[in-house]
Amino acid sequence: MKTDLSPRMKTALYGLMCILLIPFVFPTWWMITSSVKPISDIFAFPPDLWPRRFDFSTYAQVFELQPFARQYWNSAYIAALVTVGTMVISSMAGYAFARIKFPFSNAIFMVVLLGLLIPSEVTIVPLFQIFLGWGMINTHWPLILVPIFGAPSVFATFVMRQFFIALPNELEEAARVDGLGRFKIFWTIALPLAKPALGAVAIFTFLHSWNLYLEPIVFLSSTQMFTLPQALTQFTDAYGGAMWNIQLAAATMTAIPVLLVFIVAQKQFVEGLAHTGLKG
Amino acid sequence: MSQPTQAPHKPPFWTIARRDAAAGYIFIAPQLIGIITFVLVPLGLVFWYSLHEWNVLAASFNFVGAANYQMLLADPNLPQVLIASAIFSAGLVILNMSLALLLAVLLDQKLKGMVVFRTLFFSPVVVSLVAWTIVWSFLLQNNGGINGMLAMLGIEGPNWLRTPTTAMISVVVVQVFKNVGLNMILFLAALQGVPKELYEAARVDGASGFKQFRRITLPMISPTILLTSIITIVGSLQVFAQIAVLTQGGPGMTTTVLVYYLYQQAFQFHFFGYGSTLSILLFVIVAVLTFVQWQLRKRIVFYEN
Repeated sequence: MKTDLSPRMKTALYGLMCILLIPFVFPTWWMITSSVKPISDIFAFPPDLWPRRFDFSTYAQVFELQPFARQYWNSAYIAALVTVGTMVISSMAGYAFARIKFPFSNAIFMVVLLGLLIPSEVTIVPLFQIFLGWGMINTHWPLILVPIFGAPSVFATFVMRQFFIALPNELEEAARVDGLGRFKIFWTIALPLAKPALGAVAIFTFLHSWNLYLEPIVFLSSTQMFTLPQALTQFTDAYGGAMWNIQLAAATMTAIPVLLVFIVAQKQFVEGLAHTGLKG
Repeated sequence: MSQPTQAPHKPPFWTIARRDAAAGYIFIAPQLIGIITFVLVPLGLVFWYSLHEWNVLAASFNFVGAANYQMLLADPNLPQVLIASAIFSAGLVILNMSLALLLAVLLDQKLKGMVVFRTLFFSPVVVSLVAWTIVWSFLLQNNGGINGMLAMLGIEGPNWLRTPTTAMISVVVVQVFKNVGLNMILFLAALQGVPKELYEAARVDGASGFKQFRRITLPMISPTILLTSIITIVGSLQVFAQIAVLTQGGPGMTTTVLVYYLYQQAFQFHFFGYGSTLSILLFVIVAVLTFVQWQLRKRIVFYEN
C-alpha cells in the first residue's frame, strides 16, 4: 500500500480529502460565523460564509438570559474532578489487576468488567432513587460519583490494566528486592511510566463528563445547577422556538476552549488514544 | 503495613504473598465498592422495580410480577422503537466503520500535511456533543444552511428533521461525523502496525493493491476492527442527546430509539416500573450483542496480540 505516489495521484488524494473534510469542518465554521450575525441575516439566502454585518450582542445576551458563567463553572469543575478521580481510581485498580497476585483477582476483574455491559442508561431509574434517598437530587454529586466509581470508569481501568500488563517485570523486581512496598512501587516506578495511558484516560474521561446530557437533565432541576450541554438547549423564546444566534454563541463558547487545547496538544491527544487502542 | 516483630520459630504473619494480597484488595477497593454501589445494586434494583407497577405521580408501588413484561410484549410502540434502534445502530456502525477505515487508509499514505488533515478530521470528537448537535440542527432546518447550499445548486432539499426517512438519516450522519475520528485514529494506528515486509513480499508476488488490502491489511487489523465495532455498537445503543436535540424522537416515533423511549416512559410519564422493564430490555440487548461479537471473534479475527 505504501508506494510512492505519482503527482497526479497525489492531487486526486488531496482533492478527495478536502471534499471529505467539508462535513467535519464546515459545522464548526458555520457555528462561529453565525453566532456573530444579526438574527435577520442568520437564515439569509444565499448563505453567507462570512458575516455581512457583525453583531456581538448575542454574546452578552447569553449571560443575561441564563447564569451562563455559573453553568460554565459547573461543567468545568465537575469534569476536572471526574477526570482526576477516575485517573486515581482506575490506575490503582488497573495496576492491581495487572501486577499483583491476590486471591480471586480474576473473578473480581470479571465482575468489574460487567460495568462495560451495563451502561448508566440501564440503571438511570434506580440511580435516581438512590440519590433521592441520599438527598442528592439537584446537586452535582450524581454527576461526580457515578462516573468516577461506576460504569464509565471501568473502561479506564481496563485501559490502565492493559498498559501495566505490558510493563517488563524487571523494573519492579529490583525495587522489591530492595524492600519497597507496593504503594511505593506503584507511585514511584509504575505510575510515571504510565503517562501515555493516563493521558488517554484523562482525555476520554474529560470528554465523557463534558458531554453528559441524560444524567444532568434527570438529576438537575434549577438553572443555577445546570451544566453546559443542558444550558445550551434552554435558549428558547416564549414559544419554545430556538433563539438560534444566542444558542450558537453559547455553543461557540462551549466548543472553542476545548478545541484550542486539542489543536495545541493534538500530537499527545492522538498518540495517547492510538496507543490505547492498539493494546485492545 | 508494618512488619510485626516475631518469635524466631514462628513464620511471620505478613509474608510477601499476604502483603501483596492486602495491597491488591486495598488498590481495587474503591473501584469494586463503586461497581457494587453504582452498577450491581442498581441492576438488581432495576430488575426488582420491573416487577412493580410504579407511578411516581400517583405514589403507587405494587408488586405485579411479570405484568410489565406482558405489557412490554403487547406495547404497540415497541416494534417501532426496536426498528428505529436497529436502523440507527446498523446505519451508524456500517457508516462509521467504513468511513473510519477509508479515512485511515487515506491518512496512511505518504503525503505532506497529513497531520493537518488528521487533526481536522478528528476535531469534531472534541467539540461538545450538544454544541455539535445544535449546529447541525440549525443547518438542517428547512430554511437552514444545507438547504440554502442545495438551492444554490438548483436542488430543493427536504425538511430534513421533519420527514421520517431523512430525520433518521440526519441523526445517523450527525453522529457519524461527530465520532468517526476516534475509530479513524485506532485504525490508523493499526495500519501503521502492520509489518512492511508483508506488503513487500506480496508485491514481489505481484498482488494488486486491492488484493493486498483484502489479504494482508484486513486480517492484520481485524482485532482492532472487532474492538472498535463492539465499542461503536454499544455506544450506538446509548444515543440520547442527539435524538433529544435534533428530533425529540419524531416525526411520529420514527427516531424514538430505546434509550429515548425509556427516558420518556420513566421521566416524562413517570412510569418507573415500566421504565425499569425497558432498562432490562436494553441491558439484555447490550449483553447479547457483546456476547455474539465476542464469539464471532474466533471466526473473524485472524490473530490476537
